[in-house]
Amino acid sequence: MKILIKDGHILDPSQNIDCRGDIIIEDLKIQEIILKPGEQHQRHKENIRADKIIDANRHLVIPGLIDMHVHLREPGFEYKETIKTGTFAAIKGGFTAVCCMPNTNPVNDHESVTEFIIRKSKQEGFCTVYPVGAITKGQKGEELAEIGTMKNEGCVAFSDDGRPVMNSTVMKRALEYSKTFNVPIISHSEDLTLSEGGVMNEGLLSVKLGLRGIPPEAEQIMIFRDILLAESTGGGLHIAHVSTAGSVKLIREAKKRGVNITAETCPHYFSITEDAVEGYNTNAKVNPPLRTFHDIEAIKEGLADGTIDVIATDHAPHHVDEKLNPFDSAPFGISGLETALGLCLKLVQEGVLTKKALIEKMTVNPAKILGLNGGNIKTGSLANIVIIDESKEYKVKAEDFVSKGKNTPFDGWTLRGLPICTIYKGIIYEW
Amino acid sequence: MLKSKDLLGIKELTAEEITLVLNTAAGFRDVIARDIKKVPALRGKTTVNLFFEPSTRTRTSFELAAKRLSTDVINFSVPTSSVVKGESLIDTAMTVQALGADFIIIRHSSSGVPHLLSNKLKASIINAGDGINEHPTQALLDAFTIREKKGDFRNLKIAIVGDIAHSRVAKSNIYSLTKLGAKVRLIGPPTLIPRNIEQLGVEVFHVMEEGLQDVDVIMMLRIQMERQDKGFFPTTEEYVKNWCLTSKRLSFAKKDAIVMHPGPMNRGIEITSEVADGASSVILEQVTNGIAIRMAVMYLLSGSRK
Repeated sequence: MKILIKDGHILDPSQNIDCRGDIIIEDLKIQEIILKPGEQHQRHKENIRADKIIDANRHLVIPGLIDMHVHLREPGFEYKETIKTGTFAAIKGGFTAVCCMPNTNPVNDHESVTEFIIRKSKQEGFCTVYPVGAITKGQKGEELAEIGTMKNEGCVAFSDDGRPVMNSTVMKRALEYSKTFNVPIISHSEDLTLSEGGVMNEGLLSVKLGLRGIPPEAEQIMIFRDILLAESTGGGLHIAHVSTAGSVKLIREAKKRGVNITAETCPHYFSITEDAVEGYNTNAKVNPPLRTFHDIEAIKEGLADGTIDVIATDHAPHHVDEKLNPFDSAPFGISGLETALGLCLKLVQEGVLTKKALIEKMTVNPAKILGLNGGNIKTGSLANIVIIDESKEYKVKAEDFVSKGKNTPFDGWTLRGLPICTIYKGIIYEW
Repeated sequence: MLKSKDLLGIKELTAEEITLVLNTAAGFRDVIARDIKKVPALRGKTTVNLFFEPSTRTRTSFELAAKRLSTDVINFSVPTSSVVKGESLIDTAMTVQALGADFIIIRHSSSGVPHLLSNKLKASIINAGDGINEHPTQALLDAFTIREKKGDFRNLKIAIVGDIAHSRVAKSNIYSLTKLGAKVRLIGPPTLIPRNIEQLGVEVFHVMEEGLQDVDVIMMLRIQMERQDKGFFPTTEEYVKNWCLTSKRLSFAKKDAIVMHPGPMNRGIEITSEVADGASSVILEQVTNGIAIRMAVMYLLSGSRK
């Protein structure tokens, strides 16, 4: 089957393409890219024959997005999400590849679990799944997992996400050991002794609501520790879900010194503050917690100056009954795949990032950090492409999520810019 | 009239609403002083005490208040309920409502539980203490007791002493007393007073003698022993040395200052027996006033539902 994406605005930061043009897809692959500079908003007259023509006039055509931080919950928590539903949510959100964190049951700390995830995703998944293996056995933070073996089986990075590696020696060894296999260690930076019992940001609002706070220092102390360890070992370090102004500063300074680190934040950390928790809204309970306006500003600066390389969702679906628990006992997490792009495009609309810089942080940057193929539109590569209607306004409706997790603090928000078509390996999903 | 069908916290009330509760309670205070202590005001209504945390005094006080208003009272306590069989909080509360409850008095170890039920249920929810958030009827009975003894709040200096960070009594009192116009001081070790709390309009002192200078009212809080285990202060002995209300420390306050405590007291830890049983103590009056306040709250909420 031959597919023609006609007259779209093609934006591929990896090749510096930012131009009107056509894309021809055949046999799952990109066969040809025809750039048409200077033909702004004029219909291309030549007739290219194709089985399917997608009119992308006035739409943005970008590489399929890569989300390097999601929780697919399978195996073990299929009532929250499965590989099937999670990857479908990804496709709907404009992502053609996701990296799933290892805090499943059993934990992805062994090649057999990695193999299961990859097999299942090939059978039932809608997009590519790259597993992230656990740093330590059982995510207990004590003994290293078989990083080399799991990498061979398909793990692209290692993290105890959901928990930190509290023991500094273990973290140091992970950063040293992983160098052999050239895989990054992703740090869930949280000093558990400071965050213990906390359920939201520590500050005046936590006092007012009578909820125990998680101070920004709980994140910053661990980021600083891991920066120092990365600096001394030379291991590859990626900081997950940056939420505080202080963290941005620490990472910026480390990068200036030339430490081998990268960092990500998530849409909720630059979109909403701790105020969303008011009324004991468990859908705004997330770890690290939503912070303050000051932190949002700093994260936007960090995105703009390149301190923060990646935007990932930390998609953390939960069952509705779990979020109906009292705030203290409801689980942490936001279902993020289906709102990410709209929230990220706000950064462009507000002038924080250029379109190119934004797409970079959601395609080529995560691909580079993890050593993945993809995140680009190149002749001969698999046709993973997203078409976005930038002017389309829509209302977020949690009940319409295809993810099993309807837990979002953005329900009812109006966003502008919607993926209207996701093409994954030549298969077209139109919305 | 109260605006809401529920009493979730003092944070949600206006000064006028607080004053209305106090005025209404004054009438009930007379009722419960009589030989026949019961009025038919809420006959035919049903009150359920839904307590997820152990409590004797608050539960008993609510039970008496409900009975003196002639409502039927059921005590639904956790160990005998289906909660231990894994029933969810919402299901338990919905069941209680389906049984015909008009008032649900709730105590829970998690902050915000009364708010959660308030959104889901038609019954009037009364917060009898949620986590480290609020204990509104305690603050109302405290305000009632202070007003009886001292009159106008606007010239009063009131010190709250102890574990502010983990005290829902302190939180509700801070809201209530500042709304009523009193000057509120918090006294305790810095580990037990949240940063930023000055933004609620209070003054913070760590040295007790300084904080007690010229105050009209001293409210002592119960110190929970598990705080020491968690390292908020080194030893009970050192806590006593610095923050126990002794006769000597009491002398820093105004001569006619009153001493309050929500109970249960740790004698010899946050307060000496000499002070607790002394002339300044109004601790037992607080207990009596508690019934009148709880009657007033139920009576007013019943009116706001029509």
